[in-house]
Amino acid sequence: MKGIKSIELLKNPGTVSLNDIPMSEYDEFFRQTITLLGKDGFHCLNYFTVRTEGRLNFYMLVANDEAHRVLIYGHSQPADVKELASLTAECFPLHVFEREIAENEGITFKGNPWAKPLRYPYNRADRNALMKDYPFYNIDSEETHQVGVGPVHAGIIEPGHFRFHCHGERVLHLEIQLGYQHRGVEDIMLSKETILQRAIISEDISGDTAVGHSTAFAGISESLAGKEPCNKLKIWRTIALEMERMAVHIGDTAALCGDVAYQIGQVTCEALRTMVINSMQDWCGNRFGKRLIRPGGSNFPLTNERAEIILKTLGEVRHRFLEVTDLIYNDSGIIARFENTGTLSVQQARLAGAVGMAARSSGLHRDIRKSHPSLAYSNMNYSPALLDGGDVLARGMLRKMEVELSFKIIEELIMSLMTNNETVPAPDYSLHYGPELMAVSLVEGWRGEICHCALTDASGRIVKYKVKDPSLHNWTALALAVRNQEISDFPVCNKSFNLSYCGNDL
Amino acid sequence: MIRELRVIRSHGTQFVKDLRKQRVSDLFCGRPVISGNITHDEIIAASGICPLAAIDPGNGALDLGRCAFCGECALLLPDRIRFTNDYRIASNSREALKIMPGEDSVLRIDEKAVRKEVRSMFRGALKLRQVSAGGDNSCEMELNAAGNVNFDMGRFGIEFVASPRHADGIVITGPVTENMSEALNLTYDAIPEPKIIILAGTDAISGGIFAGSKALNRKFIDEHLIDLYVPGNPMHPLTFINGLMDLLNIK
Repeated sequence: MKGIKSIELLKNPGTVSLNDIPMSEYDEFFRQTITLLGKDGFHCLNYFTVRTEGRLNFYMLVANDEAHRVLIYGHSQPADVKELASLTAECFPLHVFEREIAENEGITFKGNPWAKPLRYPYNRADRNALMKDYPFYNIDSEETHQVGVGPVHAGIIEPGHFRFHCHGERVLHLEIQLGYQHRGVEDIMLSKETILQRAIISEDISGDTAVGHSTAFAGISESLAGKEPCNKLKIWRTIALEMERMAVHIGDTAALCGDVAYQIGQVTCEALRTMVINSMQDWCGNRFGKRLIRPGGSNFPLTNERAEIILKTLGEVRHRFLEVTDLIYNDSGIIARFENTGTLSVQQARLAGAVGMAARSSGLHRDIRKSHPSLAYSNMNYSPALLDGGDVLARGMLRKMEVELSFKIIEELIMSLMTNNETVPAPDYSLHYGPELMAVSLVEGWRGEICHCALTDASGRIVKYKVKDPSLHNWTALALAVRNQEISDFPVCNKSFNLSYCGNDL
Repeated sequence: MIRELRVIRSHGTQFVKDLRKQRVSDLFCGRPVISGNITHDEIIAASGICPLAAIDPGNGALDLGRCAFCGECALLLPDRIRFTNDYRIASNSREALKIMPGEDSVLRIDEKAVRKEVRSMFRGALKLRQVSAGGDNSCEMELNAAGNVNFDMGRFGIEFVASPRHADGIVITGPVTENMSEALNLTYDAIPEPKIIILAGTDAISGGIFAGSKALNRKFIDEHLIDLYVPGNPMHPLTFINGLMDLLNIK
């Protein structure tokens, strides 16, 4: 791009040479970032640090949606840097990245209006910072009260703490404190050194997105080794991703119905989800698609016979799902609960840096399948579903539209498989990675944009593995969406986003 | 009304009638069988490829409490190791989860080790509080599924409840993170006696792929008596329900 000092990533997944990444002075980096992120169709994919001898390097990845590119650039600081001017004040979506860096590296971002801990990792710079001392936002008023919920919630879900500031029943502000799920994913990615171990870790980053994250890892692994998977393997992975999307969207529809006591919607959708995940089990033995995606190949061929059975089952699921959603979204009781509830305006979605289906329900067009297509998405004329209501109803309806779209994609791809005679090899756990590279792998998981990055040293060993789950951004979107809502509507708002705690906490 | 009836008709019945004998995909990784003829070199090879160190390089035992059920050992040595689709792999004995070469029998509960009050108090109704302590949400979703219209463990009076005060036991998922350890202890303490502890999924039983991570604190697991181990990655709802049926002696 003209006037911008950066290296462009041309492919997804792809690599750039570390030496080609321009490292600017902080002032210039700051100005360039503000300029870029102020434009339409640009957003920050990742911003992270890497320690090398005597230096602390910062890498910025910005998506250019129209050009299907990623701009990569950075700045380098002395290892003991303690203070930098905050970008968050100028560009709020960056708050999550600055908070992460501040927490990990002990840097103060001066002027950050929301300088809060992000996840309390075990190796945080300040071990004296404790979860119980989280600096909650406070409203000094005798008319308001606080409601604290969690980390253990009233159901079988992951832990997180929600602090509501309420005026009567009305939520003025919700603060979400996470970190309870922190398992040290990024470190364990480095300490467990075989490709198979790392593939298994990637499946467990967020088990409900096992296919999404393991596809991102496979992309990193293959691009670092300079290998390109064959078309058939790309098609299999695309089918698996869309099956995962179908399953979760249908399950979420069940959960939304459950929250408003609409039993027929809940039980039928639960059973329909079962049919999708059992199809996954028929393909690879695991209902969540764990062990299906591996670098270099696959152990579980999608034979024509199996593909036809899956297609038949999914066709039945689609038919029944459309039948029941027709009932759900024409029910006046449902509409009364979903419409204008938990509305996230497009401005708020931008402010939060929302991605994925939550962004697309608020009129913000972000979809890696369209902007940075990989796998079979590169060869298809895909156009994402888009709604602009931004409320629970929109997020529910978008799921319905995406289930239909996913089925269409799966149907087309399975048809194309019937005449594809390629042989897919077994996984390759002995891939050798190129030296001094940065690999970037973007996948549109069912929640949204998954971004994995890896850096190798002179011997081709991975020295940094960076994971970003879409939830990292969307938790802020949820907090904004419940403002001025009744606190009793929180569960249904929460379900309509269905965010990952472990994906955030890593 | 007519549209509702149409939905109900399309939906049909998906209720699993016999939870003991429901067939699952042949590809499902359940109880492994290791050939008694496996050689020492083959054991070393299988142990070498195992990403979770679940295979003992000495005696060749495969520890289901550590296994990620990736099936790589069986792919490496198809004549020596195979995973059957037998999903009844839960046990109250940690040792029983270690499958020895030559062993090919259904995993049973160690009857002597079942505490008397567990059956006398909970056989007709068991209310459980779930705590996810670093779980990746797949085990959590399978526990939810155990109560859905397909598996319906509510038929045995087994249910998850919101408050630990209403619970008879705790079901833990995830490798148990340091950041969750205090909340786990508080929740457990809030459950009235007598109470049981169930570990659901490989991560909970051994830490799984996260074993050895400095972000974990498994003190709670090490210091308490565990009433039921339910292996799997994630554990199948049928494994969970069958394990409970065995523990409570529900036929």
